[in-house]
Amino acid sequence: MLFRRRDSAPVARERLQVLLAHERAMVGGTDLVSVLQEEILAVIGKHVKLDRDKVQIKLDRGDPVSTLEIDVEVPSLLRAAAFGGG
Amino acid sequence: MMAQVVVVTSGKGGVGKTTSTAALGAALAQGGESVVVVDFDVGLRNLDLVMGAERRVVFDLINVVQGDAKLPQALIRDKRLENLALLPASQTRDKEALTPEGVERVIGELREKFDWIICDSPAGIERGATMAMHHADAAVVVTNAEVSSVRDSDRIIGLLDSKTAKAENGQKMPKHLLLTRYDAARAMRGEMLKTEDVLEILSIPLLGIIPESQEVLRASNLGSPVTLSNPASAPARAYAEAAKRLKGEQIQISIPAARRISFIGKLFGRGAVA
Repeated sequence: MLFRRRDSAPVARERLQVLLAHERAMVGGTDLVSVLQEEILAVIGKHVKLDRDKVQIKLDRGDPVSTLEIDVEVPSLLRAAAFGGG
Repeated sequence: MMAQVVVVTSGKGGVGKTTSTAALGAALAQGGESVVVVDFDVGLRNLDLVMGAERRVVFDLINVVQGDAKLPQALIRDKRLENLALLPASQTRDKEALTPEGVERVIGELREKFDWIICDSPAGIERGATMAMHHADAAVVVTNAEVSSVRDSDRIIGLLDSKTAKAENGQKMPKHLLLTRYDAARAMRGEMLKTEDVLEILSIPLLGIIPESQEVLRASNLGSPVTLSNPASAPARAYAEAAKRLKGEQIQISIPAARRISFIGKLFGRGAVA
């Protein structure tokens, strides 16, 4: 208990390092994750009509990797494919 | 239940607004209420860090105010409590992006989704602070027992009674005093303003007294509201009681006692809980 309680400062240090690395990148205008997010949505938008309400984006800025999860609801895709095939 | 919009404000910085927003929000959620904590400190957000959600911010309050994102896309659900959510502030924009109409619309949408909307005000008395308080149904005034903090709280009370939608409609704004960073030993030695003096000067009812504690620092290191990181600790219990009073429960206020930490107590780590 006594030893477990000491471990909060290293946690704080690690959280700050990850956060600040991402924030400094963002100030320079090169936040890769944001760029990816915009461009992926633009590409999808070229092929199907995107309803922004039906897009859920989840992000976890980490070290060494970040994860970007884009959940797009595309109701008309199957029908569009069927028409295309026929 | 009608949704309650509560602003956590103080005028002065560093008195514990963000800590208190996180802890009160979490305590209400732990009691089963559905809660959103909203960061109004545009440009210098920190509530995300204290809530431990800093890695997961995609959209923010400004994006929603300006219509670039929908509210559900910007809300971050807490990983520990499913009935607790965060609406983060923008880190890159400035306060001018907060328009009164936009804020009113967002608060209206939040009222439909949550029982409690706890707004963390930025320090100061300018746009960010007045925007945070404008639609409040009640205010928690965070104050330290120290002259400059009490003076700034008095100033904020004046704004709550004049610049809010409630005030403009001729209604009274319910205000609650939350005395934070209370050091019982220093109070006993007469080095801090007495609680009754602060109450007399500000003349608003007391919501709670939160003792100064290393548990608060530990909680922010871990990115967890103190009521979640150590519910048995003195500040967590004080926040949990304050949250119940906010709900209207009548609970007697306990004034933190100066505790002499014995050598034995230290040995067994009891000092850490105090």
